[in-house]
Amino acid sequence: MKKRLRRTALYIPGNDPSMIQNAGIFGSDSIVLDLEDAVSVDEKDSARLLVRNALKNINYGDTEVIVRINSLFTPFGKEDLEVIGRVHPDGIRLPKAESAQDIQEVDSFLSRIENEEGFEENSIKIMPSIESAIGLFNVFEIVRASNRVAVINFGAEDYTSDIGAERTKEGKELFDIRTRILLAARVVGIEVQDSVFAHAHDIEGLIRETKFIKQLGFDGKSVIHPAQIEPVHQVFTPTQEEINRAKRIILAIEEAKKRKSGVISLDGRMIDAPVVAKAHRILKYAQAAGVL
Amino acid sequence: MVTNEIGRKIPEEIKGIGKLKPYIGAFKTVPVGNRMAPNIACKKRGETKIINSLKKAVKKAGIRDGMTISFHHHLRNGDYVVAMVLDLLADLGIKNLTIAPTALFPVHKSIIKHIENGVVSSIQGSVNGPIGEISSRGVFDIPVVLRSHGGRARAIEAGDIKIDIAFIAAPSADNYGNLNGIDGPSACGSLGYTMTDAMYADKVIAITDHLVDFPLSPISIPQIYVDYVVKVDKIGDPKGIMSGTLEITKNPLRLIIAQRVVQAIEASGLLQDGFSLQAGAGGTSLAVTKFVGEKMEKRGIKGSFGSGGITGYFVKMLKKNLFNTLFDVQSFDLEAVQSLKINPNHLEMSASFYANPHNKGCLVNNLDTVILGATQIDSDFNVNVNTESDGLLLHGIGGHMDTAAGAKLTIIATPLLRGRMPIVVDKVITVTTPGETVDVLVTERGIAVNPARKDLIEKFRKAKLPIKNIRDLRNEACDLTGIPEEPQLADKIIGLVEYRDGTIIDVIRGVK
Repeated sequence: MKKRLRRTALYIPGNDPSMIQNAGIFGSDSIVLDLEDAVSVDEKDSARLLVRNALKNINYGDTEVIVRINSLFTPFGKEDLEVIGRVHPDGIRLPKAESAQDIQEVDSFLSRIENEEGFEENSIKIMPSIESAIGLFNVFEIVRASNRVAVINFGAEDYTSDIGAERTKEGKELFDIRTRILLAARVVGIEVQDSVFAHAHDIEGLIRETKFIKQLGFDGKSVIHPAQIEPVHQVFTPTQEEINRAKRIILAIEEAKKRKSGVISLDGRMIDAPVVAKAHRILKYAQAAGVL
Repeated sequence: MVTNEIGRKIPEEIKGIGKLKPYIGAFKTVPVGNRMAPNIACKKRGETKIINSLKKAVKKAGIRDGMTISFHHHLRNGDYVVAMVLDLLADLGIKNLTIAPTALFPVHKSIIKHIENGVVSSIQGSVNGPIGEISSRGVFDIPVVLRSHGGRARAIEAGDIKIDIAFIAAPSADNYGNLNGIDGPSACGSLGYTMTDAMYADKVIAITDHLVDFPLSPISIPQIYVDYVVKVDKIGDPKGIMSGTLEITKNPLRLIIAQRVVQAIEASGLLQDGFSLQAGAGGTSLAVTKFVGEKMEKRGIKGSFGSGGITGYFVKMLKKNLFNTLFDVQSFDLEAVQSLKINPNHLEMSASFYANPHNKGCLVNNLDTVILGATQIDSDFNVNVNTESDGLLLHGIGGHMDTAAGAKLTIIATPLLRGRMPIVVDKVITVTTPGETVDVLVTERGIAVNPARKDLIEKFRKAKLPIKNIRDLRNEACDLTGIPEEPQLADKIIGLVEYRDGTIIDVIRGVK
């Protein structure tokens, strides 16, 4: 499977046909068709069918299609998996992940469906969301529980409520969870996405927060409104200076290879593997943003 | 029946209208003959134009059965004048009138009763909403003749419509018949659409609720055209005349369309010093206007003019010197009215100046880019703005076909789907604007360029715009909706779509 960017994951209410129909056109890297918080209890069945039919019939092109199912602790979670798994979403976002067992349960569920439907093994990814103290406590186990786990993210509202923190726009209270899930993700080499910025019309605030999480090392962010996509992508777009330097690094490497030279330096600084990896990453983001 | 240039079947003659000329191409008709002229008139020294009741005024003007009377729509959905006049004429027992409005609004629903009681027997002009709907149900024996703003001005000047009495709702008037739209409790800004009526009607009655001392200043319709002035309590409801501040769309889908439109304009190469733009008052158009303004400011571009219906967004651009001039045929909001009043570079223009193809050069010919809507567009880029997917005649033409023919870059901006209906179709139900004059379709799912515009296709490719074949867009829409059923249409022709040059581009059939 080709390596994709996950700068933005746009939440789409699973009970809104018109939004579902148009979910792919706003330019987010992923869409998250939501069966959980966006759908009231009495609409769970109809939303599940709507999302299933959307996955069957709508071509979302290059957009990664994720379905947020209900937690396995609710009466809906397993039925969601059973129905949605069979129309092969790219990923299942699992809310309120608390332990390795949660992930393993979903994993074996998906393995059975993949087998029954003749899908490629492990092709449906799991994207756990940490939303509680116990979930964060177990985060290393969670990311290691299955090689389906491709992205980890967290739910700021549920988490702060669970640990008794104040929820502020500034978000200092999230520093700990952000760095800890980031660390866990990097240990196993998966991607990590930030929680939503709930103030849909405060674009400046969104940009501030996105710059901060990019600085921490996050790969992207969940968004709740199409207007939030472009600003987040902007933050993740490398500057021309960064792009130029990345190009020079790659050029220097190639030339060094031709010369069969072991030590490579550029502007008097040694270029080693992490520098090269970073340069490739910058060019990938630049390409996605169409500035290369 | 004859088949016209775009393959539509047109009757050779229609009872009550006469022989029809089929459409032969957007720029093919060569006009011949002279303009028509109204009666020579005379007012003697000391003779008053102030008449103390509308009833006396219409009698003095010689109202009688079978006449053609005209109205204008600058008071939009706040207009009291159409109802006031028709109610009066009904009381006087007048029958069989042809009305020639520049447009009708939902507020004019009361016309229905005058159609039913025989006061009004036909309409030459825009029919919208409820009046359009009853036309579709076959209420008239004579089909409605739909014309664009430019086409209407042409038809009046050419004598295709002979207006016996023009009624002008005048927000400000003096006692000798000088009129403007910028002052008074019912201020509406420009009076552009009615200027041609004033010049060519045999009798002109101005109805005002704001009579000022002679002379009124500024004058937009001069005394030399006006026979009588009638003062009434109110000519309109300001709430319906003026919308407050018009807002750009918040709909993320329409915002995407607006952004793509701006990208297309930029990629076309037209966005440079001397640029000119027309965009309407719909949410998407407003967003385009705003975004183009921001782009011009950022790039230091000094445009030439903005035109058409003028909104606050255009006024802001004028104030920032992003345009030298605004040409205003209709002022959409209070900011536009205020600007028309105080800014010497905000000019009022007549419908003929704006868009009449048969004068010595109308403004649309100077236009770089126009942004227009559609109820349907087909794979030949023919656009329908008159009928809905169920075949009902619900909308007028406005300046659609005029600006499309004039502008260097005509962009149709519309969502690919409206509700469950695809907007891109194989064949439009009604052709309003011929594909020959349409360059680009911008939707949320991609941009289609008229194959005749190879230059644009190349430029858009270079700019990496998401170009798609219009048929692929059609298929993409049908993949989502299924293929919609065709509407059930009756045989009866209930409307004629007259192209701006006086030829018939299409007929509209009734619905079953």
